Amino acid sequence: MTYRIEFDEPKCVAAGQCVMVAPDVFDQRDEDGVAIVLDETPSEDLLDEVEEAAAVCPAAALRVVRS
Amino acid sequence: MTDTILDDYPLYPSPRDLSCPFAQPENVLSTTREDAPLGKVRIWDGSTPWLVSKYADQHALLTDPRLSIDETREGYPHMTRGRSESAKHTPPLITNTDAPEHTRLRRMVNLPFTVKRIEALRPRIQSLVGELLDEMLAGPRPVDLVQAFALPVPTIVITDMLGVSYDNREDFQHASHTLVSHDATPDESAAAGAVLGGHIGAAMQAKLAEPADDVMSELAALVKAGEMSPHEALTMSTAILIAGHETSASMIGLGALALLQNPDQLDYLRSVADEPKKVAVAVEELLRYLTIVHTGVRRIASEDIEVGGTVIKAGDGVVLDVAAANWDAARFAVPERLDLARGNARTHHAFGYGAHQCLGQTLARVELQEAFRALVTRVPDLALAVPAAEVEFAFEGVAYGLRSLPVTW
Repeated sequence: MTYRIEFDEPKCVAAGQCVMVAPDVFDQRDEDGVAIVLDETPSEDLLDEVEEAAAVCPAAALRVVRS
Repeated sequence: MTDTILDDYPLYPSPRDLSCPFAQPENVLSTTREDAPLGKVRIWDGSTPWLVSKYADQHALLTDPRLSIDETREGYPHMTRGRSESAKHTPPLITNTDAPEHTRLRRMVNLPFTVKRIEALRPRIQSLVGELLDEMLAGPRPVDLVQAFALPVPTIVITDMLGVSYDNREDFQHASHTLVSHDATPDESAAAGAVLGGHIGAAMQAKLAEPADDVMSELAALVKAGEMSPHEALTMSTAILIAGHETSASMIGLGALALLQNPDQLDYLRSVADEPKKVAVAVEELLRYLTIVHTGVRRIASEDIEVGGTVIKAGDGVVLDVAAANWDAARFAVPERLDLARGNARTHHAFGYGAHQCLGQTLARVELQEAFRALVTRVPDLALAVPAAEVEFAFEGVAYGLRSLPVTW
């Protein structure tokens, strides 16, 4: 089972919660703090972190899609 | 007749039980129970907005575009009379605009608060808390932990970050306190606003003339580039200054008291003090348990919204009590227990939720992580110097805190 991250960028308010929770998967743009998905299909061992990042995203801009 | 109807609605905010000051007021907490219907409360101006206190309802509503933060709309449930008066004169800011305008403004002011920029401040915050504790430990006992530690940490950090002089701290602290107090008269609020405005205005002039490496210089650059009006830059700087120290100071003081009253948790925190991830979770739990913003976040419905069979009509005011949601047993098991290893603590609403979630949350987290880590390791025998019942709370603000915390070691 794999999964991928869907990021709805226009919604992002750059709170940075995803970067705090899953720093290997997310970063922020230098100019405005908007999130960057470093890896849209991270490894299985990062799933917990990625799901937590999606859960705490205040803009509900992240979705974990399993395939 | 009118009086009878009004009396059906509880006054909000509700007073806390002073014998159990961390607990949420029972009349609000009871509305988080599964079978409790969506109810209304009566606020300072006699109006009766809806009260949303269940975690799940808040989580859904705070990302619902049909709830607006436009405080100039008729029927907006203002926090205080002062806020109601100033709403008409406040320029568009992240605190009073909806998307897409909000998104544009937030991305403009967000830069200094990115995780990278705040993490870069961590070493300075570490040395600062260390120096303050050195000074405290070398001084007389007992000492007021609020004045010696809780207040200076965030005040020094935020004045440094903004680029305003720490020498004016007494003005900043006094004026900030007045501006977030429910008890302040409009005249007192106006006077406090003028004092802050004077300092911030002078600092902005200085940054426009001679930019430095600080946030006010970045805002001044936006003004020069025509991307922000001077009024917006001044209001934003003032908001950062107020929000930046009063809240973190309250959390440090209250958190220290909560740890002293839960010695097993204090011992736990000391035992994990060199594990950053565990310290981070512990801070999330303190944020959840204490939820200092105890007067709700405020919105107004721009369209009809159905919540659990009840319809919030367009134009109705809505108060979302984040403290009650953080004590909602359906989300946080045994919510009245401080459990610094709580697995889902991070999902709390202490910084709000949705697009308007606290701009400074990353800074607050780093300050709190470093402050508590240093406090429990450097002062292992920290103890209250007065009976717990004599510790004086300050409940009149948008966020609650302590007037003082006499401690010894």
